[in-house]
Amino acid sequence: MKKFTTEKGLVMPLDRANVDTDYIIPKQFLKSIKRTGFGKNLFDEARYLDKGLPDQECTGRPLNPDFVANQPRYQGASILLARENFGCGSSREHAPWALDDFGIRCVIAPSYADIFFNNCVKNGILLIVLDEKVVDQLFKETAATPGFNLNVDLAAQTLTKPDGSVIKFEVEPSRKHILLNGLDDIGLTMQHADAIRAFEKSYQVKAPWLFS
Amino acid sequence: MAGKTLYDKLWNSHLVKELENGTALLYIDLHFLHEVTSPQAFEGLRLAGRRAWRAGANMATPDHNVPTTTSERSRGVEGIVDPVSRIQVKFLDDNCKDFGIEEFTIDDPRHGIVHVIGPEQGRTLPGMTIVCGDSHTSTHGALGALAHGIGTSEVEHVLATQCLVQKKARNMLVKVNGALKPGVTAKDVILAIIGKIGTAGGTGYTIEFGGEVIRSLSIEGRMTVCNMAIEAGARAGIVAVDEKTISYLQGRPFAPKGAEWDQAVAVWRTLVSDADASFDAVVELEGGDIVPQVSWGTSPEMVAPVTGKVPDPALAANDSKKGNYQQALKYMGLTAGTPIQAIRLDRVFIGSCTNSRIEDLRAAAAVVKGRKVAANIREALVVPGSGLVKAQAEKEGLDKVFKEAGLQWREPGCSMCLAMNADQLEPGEHCASTSNRNFEGRQGFGGRTHLVSPAMAAAAAVFGHFVDVRDVPLL
Repeated sequence: MKKFTTEKGLVMPLDRANVDTDYIIPKQFLKSIKRTGFGKNLFDEARYLDKGLPDQECTGRPLNPDFVANQPRYQGASILLARENFGCGSSREHAPWALDDFGIRCVIAPSYADIFFNNCVKNGILLIVLDEKVVDQLFKETAATPGFNLNVDLAAQTLTKPDGSVIKFEVEPSRKHILLNGLDDIGLTMQHADAIRAFEKSYQVKAPWLFS
Repeated sequence: MAGKTLYDKLWNSHLVKELENGTALLYIDLHFLHEVTSPQAFEGLRLAGRRAWRAGANMATPDHNVPTTTSERSRGVEGIVDPVSRIQVKFLDDNCKDFGIEEFTIDDPRHGIVHVIGPEQGRTLPGMTIVCGDSHTSTHGALGALAHGIGTSEVEHVLATQCLVQKKARNMLVKVNGALKPGVTAKDVILAIIGKIGTAGGTGYTIEFGGEVIRSLSIEGRMTVCNMAIEAGARAGIVAVDEKTISYLQGRPFAPKGAEWDQAVAVWRTLVSDADASFDAVVELEGGDIVPQVSWGTSPEMVAPVTGKVPDPALAANDSKKGNYQQALKYMGLTAGTPIQAIRLDRVFIGSCTNSRIEDLRAAAAVVKGRKVAANIREALVVPGSGLVKAQAEKEGLDKVFKEAGLQWREPGCSMCLAMNADQLEPGEHCASTSNRNFEGRQGFGGRTHLVSPAMAAAAAVFGHFVDVRDVPLL
């Protein structure tokens, strides 16, 4: 799995609460049987003025000039600044795949939906939770400062602003460990194969109808 | 020692091992698969040379992409006109064959929406842990199972190890007291709950639904409630086992038989929260206060009673909510203060894993019987949740009731709930829908979804606008 250690990048603000996974990647693109290529359809309905189709070339499509991802100052952004309950809705992992393929390595918001949160960890995307007031301040600074960037250091759990000031953030130790080392979850669980077999054996005695 | 909640019990009985850092390895009894979130997981297994840990603990069916017209469905997979959808469905068939997983294919009479067929077949059983690459897996919690949605990486993980690495959620009890008034259904109950606690109100929790109203609901009704736990932010919703649960399961094809049935039932009867269990959060509602609900915005928390009006953003609790309300009204083409019953509709959709079971179709048919679809409704679809639901409805003559009223009677699948197939809204169209999400574009690019109960959707179809179904006499 992809590692996350540090990321210095341009911040793109998405000023909208409850951004759902349909908004992140609309359903017509879920017909793909691949994990890659979703970046051009990230935020498709907000980003383009026409209706997007699967396997469509997107370079000639009409862009919504008001949408943040289309504004010249945010081109190349790798950090997304968002509002509360980001990623709510469906379990589609295509949402983090689209963010990753677009180039987003880190999201900062006051809160996230649970399934989306897990899905991001599996794809080496760091989701940072900060207090609503701190996020609000970052929105203001991003708007006021062209080229506003942040330096994210997961090991130190810090965000450093262009002026050198530092914001600390919390991260669950298990997630931090997985992200820093880019660990393969399945491989890790396989190390407990004996414990799983032992569990199955005793469980089968208690609930034989689940094994017949 | 303090008592345990139902969630605590389900968690403890599946704990393989506590891991470092507060996570645990949890055993998964049953894994459902469908065509959209599984292809990349199977591919991952192939690349790593891994097999399914316990193929028999998996069950698959294609539902998201399948067409619902009889002309396409009569030719099975080859009948799927959209080539991209066809590939995805075929890929599921091939993967299930390769990995030895039982699949109800598109032309199997038992085919249907995965969350409808699991309980219908008795695959879903109390006390199980159940996962699926679909957030509405919470539906299965209605039978006293711990069930939740997962992403594709976790689909691969469960296939390979029969386990998930989990962090235990907190316990929330949502208690609906008293009794519902006539015409008020399970759908109205869950929409009212989401309206009260908000779309992130249950984040980080497993919600147990309890109280007299939940006890009074049928198993189908409880599935409707648990289905939308995720719309309140909770990955899993559960209801304690009672006699209804047990009699629902008796005789179903995959339910235990003979001595194993008796043994299972004895265990299932313990699947309730202890009287002295403590919850981290408790929310209470009065059932008698709930009236039929209609969503007016672009989040399932944006609901109003059918007797109410589209709210004024100026009255929102805070600036953030005010902004959300303004954005939602703009997208929905609605103005504050408009009576809900003045919202005119273009389409009606009766179906989805929330409301496509036999009880839902009966409720809708009762309202449209002897009436005709209003002239302004361009299309009204009825999409049964499974082949068996469809057959039962036809046996009862419900298909004729719908067709005589001018609604279309379709083949089972997810259909217009997420509009991955051809069943979609046109930009700007308003739809009365029995599904679960009213997000922007959910039912089609630019489409405007209003979430309601089956009876309310049926009434909207014949009147052309929302009406209070309690005022509509059955003919």
